[in-house]
Amino acid sequence: MPILKHGEIIIDDWQNLADDEVLPEEGLAIVSLARWQTDRDQLINARRPLGLRLTGKVDVSEIAADLDHFDLVAVSFPGIADGRGYSQARLLRQRFGFTGELRATGPLVRDVFAALERVGFDAIEARDQAEAEAWSVAVGRITVRLQSDITAPEMSSFQTAAE
Amino acid sequence: MYTYQAQDQLLVDQRAAQFQEQVERRFEGALNEDEFRPLRLQNGLYQEMHAYMLRINIPYGTLSSRQLRKLADISRTFDKGYGHFTTRQNLQLNWLSLKDTPAILAELATVEMHAIQSSGSCIRNVTADHFAGAAADEIDDPRIWAEIVRQWSTLHPEFAFLPRKFKIAVSGGGKDRAATAVHDIGLKLVRNDDGQIGFEVMVGGGLGRTPMLGKVIREFLPSDHLLSYLEAILRVYNQLGRRDNKYKARIKIMVHELGAEVVRDLVEDEWLATRDSGLKLPQSEVSRIRDNFQPPAFEVVDAPDPDHQVQEPGFIDWQRTNVHAHKQPGYNIVTVSLKAFGIAPGDASAEQMYVLANLADAYSFGEIRVSHEQNLILPHVRRDHLPALWQSLQRVGLGTANAGLATDIISCPGMDFCTLASARSIPVSLAITERLDDLKRLHDIGELKIKISGCVNACAHHHVGHIGILGLEKKGEEFYQVTVGGRADEEAAIGQVVGPGFAGHEIPDVIENLIAVYLDVRKNGELFVDTVKRLGTSPFKESLYAHSETR
Repeated sequence: MPILKHGEIIIDDWQNLADDEVLPEEGLAIVSLARWQTDRDQLINARRPLGLRLTGKVDVSEIAADLDHFDLVAVSFPGIADGRGYSQARLLRQRFGFTGELRATGPLVRDVFAALERVGFDAIEARDQAEAEAWSVAVGRITVRLQSDITAPEMSSFQTAAE
Repeated sequence: MYTYQAQDQLLVDQRAAQFQEQVERRFEGALNEDEFRPLRLQNGLYQEMHAYMLRINIPYGTLSSRQLRKLADISRTFDKGYGHFTTRQNLQLNWLSLKDTPAILAELATVEMHAIQSSGSCIRNVTADHFAGAAADEIDDPRIWAEIVRQWSTLHPEFAFLPRKFKIAVSGGGKDRAATAVHDIGLKLVRNDDGQIGFEVMVGGGLGRTPMLGKVIREFLPSDHLLSYLEAILRVYNQLGRRDNKYKARIKIMVHELGAEVVRDLVEDEWLATRDSGLKLPQSEVSRIRDNFQPPAFEVVDAPDPDHQVQEPGFIDWQRTNVHAHKQPGYNIVTVSLKAFGIAPGDASAEQMYVLANLADAYSFGEIRVSHEQNLILPHVRRDHLPALWQSLQRVGLGTANAGLATDIISCPGMDFCTLASARSIPVSLAITERLDDLKRLHDIGELKIKISGCVNACAHHHVGHIGILGLEKKGEEFYQVTVGGRADEEAAIGQVVGPGFAGHEIPDVIENLIAVYLDVRKNGELFVDTVKRLGTSPFKESLYAHSETR
């Protein structure tokens, strides 16, 4: 599935590593949280760019101290209706200061792209090429934002009041 | 009333256009039904037995006459010329086709209305006391705070896909007319010792198949922290609420399983990290919203009381039940009953909506409210206008003198419309109304809240009815379970089941029986629900099941 980074379709260099797969000699690998917890020292000693895969009910505060080891965190969305990832992203970015690539893995449709970016994702796995290509139209559908978020920490409605 | 700013208007316009495109993609097959469902639900659209149903938000129950006329127009153009007012201050149209709905949303946007998040697992329409701004007992106007919550919750990027639906209600702080104890979050306006305004925060109330009353997790939340505190609750719930079982996914189950104290600690910890962020409400913002809810231009009324002029018994009865005290001398609040004989509770025809819009312009500063008891309210009526208003209401079947009485029944649409229903509810409510069609007797019985749900989802709040009726189905047969002693006000309680269920046709007898016991044992001035509280359910059980040992 195509990956969007800041709205551009990119060639994805990252490889999703299964828990029983050997860390390849080179390239970029994404490991599961379980793998990270078991092989932590080995993975650090490999001195390689690493990605971390989060699925389901994860308390992200528990990995806050480890975030420096990762260039990418992939948060999975098992279905459109499971919205845990939105809070996880927000905490990773805002509370724990993660600055690497924060990737929403899907399949995801255009209708949620704007919300994903507002909570801190800069990369999105789109369902298919058509969804990926619809990015710029989709994120421009609703330009009004009545909440503070990653893109705008101040409430826009409050700014109106101050004007 | 709140008047949309440019950005509020832009948002509803853009939302309607977005939905137009989503519907087109659905018709083209670019979206499958699983993908489309959450998108349509977040625009209030359900696929029901016969057609699509649209649930339109009436935030905190406040409507202008212009908006009510638009609702009537829409019901005529796109539906069958009537609408159904619900217990969550929404209007439902039951007979729509999918292709028309984007146009309806666009029509709604022209009068500053929408259906955003009226369904789906997200923050729903925020509700409030329907007497807001008119009741003498309020600490502050709850609509100000409900509007702040409405804006914050509208298309909140983090909370669109919660474990389950999420309902917030705000009460003015006096009598609880917003049923706050049975909401996911109940906010009650309070004043602390220093005279500051804030909220008592209740979490984890809800009905459905596991009824629970909310637990207070904060006695006093300073009002400028309202949004940061709500956001903290929602963030905790979004991460920890159960997603493995839809019947255990509401926040009430999380509060029950973790315990209110643990939940409070989690929320307070989260809040500590965000309380002084950009979410803190500046005074300028509160003032901006407050300016929209200034009292209307009340006049000095020195006319005599209307009952000195009007001796018609019908008017006297109506005045006794449907006219309520107002904080402004010379004015009253009027409940317009949508519970006329033979009409499904909460239904209003387009004709009635037009008439009521005109009457609101003539007598109530163009304002109408929708109550969670499925009636409409004219909030600011001069007392010397009451007789004329009553006569006009009478002419269109809106003058029924039964507000708060046994025929002021709350009922969900039930099996006649709803795919979730196990049993019919409207016919049962109509049968009760038919049986109790003696106004004199109704007035003698006094306040008695009967609520009928057609399934365990409890849309009619039967658990908190003085008498609650729950429609169920077993082996293809409908039957009805009866509870007594529930209430939704400041003394909120969940009703207790009296015993084995009854067939639908037996329900009017059951009601008669319960009323007979009450009339027999009540003490002076005691309501039905007070009698149940004093004596428990046993006298009622004994009487109900006296002749049915074999049941």
